[in-house]
Amino acid sequence: MNTQQTHQEDHTRRHLDAMCVNESAQAHPWYYNLKYMAVGIVFGIIFVKSEVISWFRIQEMFHLQSFHMYGIIGSAIMVGMLSIFLIKRFDIRTIHGEKVSIADKKFNKGQIYGGLLFGLGWGLTGACPGPLFAQIGIGATVVIITLLSAIAGTWVYGRFRDHLPH
Amino acid sequence: MLDFLTKPWPWYISGPIIGLTVPALLLLGNKSFGISSSLRHVCAMCVPAKIPFFQYDWKKEVWNLFFVGGIFLGGVIAAVFLANPLPVKIDPVLAQELAGYGITNFDSLIPTQIMNWEQLLTLKGFLLIVFGGFLVGFGTRYAGGCTSGHAIMGISNLQLPSLIATICFMIGGFVMSNWILPIILSL
Repeated sequence: MNTQQTHQEDHTRRHLDAMCVNESAQAHPWYYNLKYMAVGIVFGIIFVKSEVISWFRIQEMFHLQSFHMYGIIGSAIMVGMLSIFLIKRFDIRTIHGEKVSIADKKFNKGQIYGGLLFGLGWGLTGACPGPLFAQIGIGATVVIITLLSAIAGTWVYGRFRDHLPH
Repeated sequence: MLDFLTKPWPWYISGPIIGLTVPALLLLGNKSFGISSSLRHVCAMCVPAKIPFFQYDWKKEVWNLFFVGGIFLGGVIAAVFLANPLPVKIDPVLAQELAGYGITNFDSLIPTQIMNWEQLLTLKGFLLIVFGGFLVGFGTRYAGGCTSGHAIMGISNLQLPSLIATICFMIGGFVMSNWILPIILSL
């Protein structure tokens, strides 16, 4: 089996859930990844300072008692949408000169069933996956268990994926 | 200035900066914003167990683990250097409702009275910490993304499946927060 073919199969497999497929064709040394860590750090600080990782803020959101979270998610989407529009419209390249490509998401029933299940978990833990990492960072060590449990949930999904309706 | 930095930041400052993560990752290396896939990469890295869903070259997605590592470090930095000395401000109606369940401490961003190592062994703590986490991991992967991958990245890219997923996230959250959580908190 040649390398090209293996590469293709690997890519198809990662396409399975229409996530984690945005693979740059370029190969870089490992320390290039530090730039993503820098973005993560800014992101994590914002998460804490705007109280996105607050269990209380999430409950407020689902009780319609505060505009805060709606304002954050809404304005983030607006900025994201405008950015993607500009990138596509003016064909803005990456800093390494590569064309930006974003995979389309295909509809399947998993988005409904999985979405509802994640929603239940979000209301319960008051955290989506990102905030879990930041909560551990602020010293809420018990959230390590929540994170490990989320990893276990992901594994169980992978294990029983073929038996679930999609 | 320092006073401004230590106070909670308003939505119209933080929301747009969170939105800027989308072009930042795209322009730094053609990466689509998403966080829950990091959980999948950990599975692929540590316990692939010959499951097809975890048979891929996770090393190609290692940027995502650097990204979530950064989120953890951001949490550390915010807590050490920019900590808000005041208790978390929450809606008085919610505060009163939570007080009815014995949640009266608003010093932390998480309800430390029900989420701590001792509570882990009670039914309430187990449901909140362990079962809740399981639903987050199982649900996001089943849905193919979380708040970042679907709600922010997906909707920004005008993807209908992401809008559907986001609506389902919200429905699940409303049902849990308003009808199921009260039962769990009374345990």
